[in-house]
Amino acid sequence: MSLPPFEAVVDEYGTMVMRVCRAVLGADAAAEDAWSETFISALRAYPDLRPDSNVRAWLVTIAHRRAIDQIRARNRAPLPTEHPPEHAASDHAGDHLAVDDDLRSALNALPMKQRHAVAYRYLADLSYADIGLLLDCSEAAARRSAADGIAALRSLDLYETRSNSRRDSAS
Amino acid sequence: MNTEFINTERTLVTALTASLDTDAAAIVALRSRLTERAEREDLVDVAYRVVDSPIGPLLVAASSTGLVRVAFESEGHDAVLDRLAGQISPRIMRMPARTDDVARQLDEYFAGRRHEFDLPLDLQLVSGFRRTVISHLPDIAYGSTASYKTVAAMAGNPTAVRAVGSACSHNPVPVVVPCHRVVRSDGSIGNYLGGVDAKAALIALESAA
Repeated sequence: MSLPPFEAVVDEYGTMVMRVCRAVLGADAAAEDAWSETFISALRAYPDLRPDSNVRAWLVTIAHRRAIDQIRARNRAPLPTEHPPEHAASDHAGDHLAVDDDLRSALNALPMKQRHAVAYRYLADLSYADIGLLLDCSEAAARRSAADGIAALRSLDLYETRSNSRRDSAS
Repeated sequence: MNTEFINTERTLVTALTASLDTDAAAIVALRSRLTERAEREDLVDVAYRVVDSPIGPLLVAASSTGLVRVAFESEGHDAVLDRLAGQISPRIMRMPARTDDVARQLDEYFAGRRHEFDLPLDLQLVSGFRRTVISHLPDIAYGSTASYKTVAAMAGNPTAVRAVGSACSHNPVPVVVPCHRVVRSDGSIGNYLGGVDAKAALIALESAA
């Protein structure tokens, strides 16, 4: 058994990694940079990955580190006024919904650890054990962070209104 | 339109996922930038693309040395790529830039405007006598054919007729290296990995031009 062609890895996980980067970083430009750095780092290391590895968890681990690089770079940026808005406006305004803004603002407002735990559990489908390793905490603490984050988002009591086609494409 | 109160974990996760989705065009642009950068940083061991042709879609794959594989649709392009991952390297990306030359030359060949391919080849997937046979196949001129027996003599082993047949059926770069020009001594067409019809079509194309 050998590793699949890297192109197939991008096919399978590209969208998931982008959701994770956007969830963790908020700003879309930083998320795109983190996405690119994640896949370049992954490609560089790919031949050394053991064929029986959990590719999903491996990629999310890389994305976590590259996102932290982006956060550090942002904190080093000389002019605060040059920071992208925490939630940059989307280019595709026609497909842009108020509930998306509300959810992403609420996600950005979560403590960092909760935001990470929610992203890695609910968007990347990682186990709490893997999330604990990533966030340098116990499995139980990872579970608690994800639960607290989800509870905070649920307490928003948002209404969702969107077309069926959009819902289908998102599921 | 659906209006739904987001008050369960399931509806929340669905809404959250949707709010974080990027439109498809943005992902396509990011992937294309990733591919360009990977090529620039020399991180792609095998580049491939699919070229349309009169004998069906052809997968062409190039290593950093040269063209390493041409595969017919009947071989299963995904299966061929999976095997290349094990045989050469899993750093395989769909990257038109490195394969532009082979695509252009194949287009010219199928249009009857090109009689010889001028491409660097990487024959690492064949060795020994098979490799010797394959390296002699371009000596058979465009528009002509040679028997398995003749090719055996060209390769320096006149009695190895059966081995020549085996080498031709394992040619990793068919069409570009013309194993389709090797036919039986009695004039019948013989076998072809891409199917007898494809072989006949290539011979007809070359005799018409």
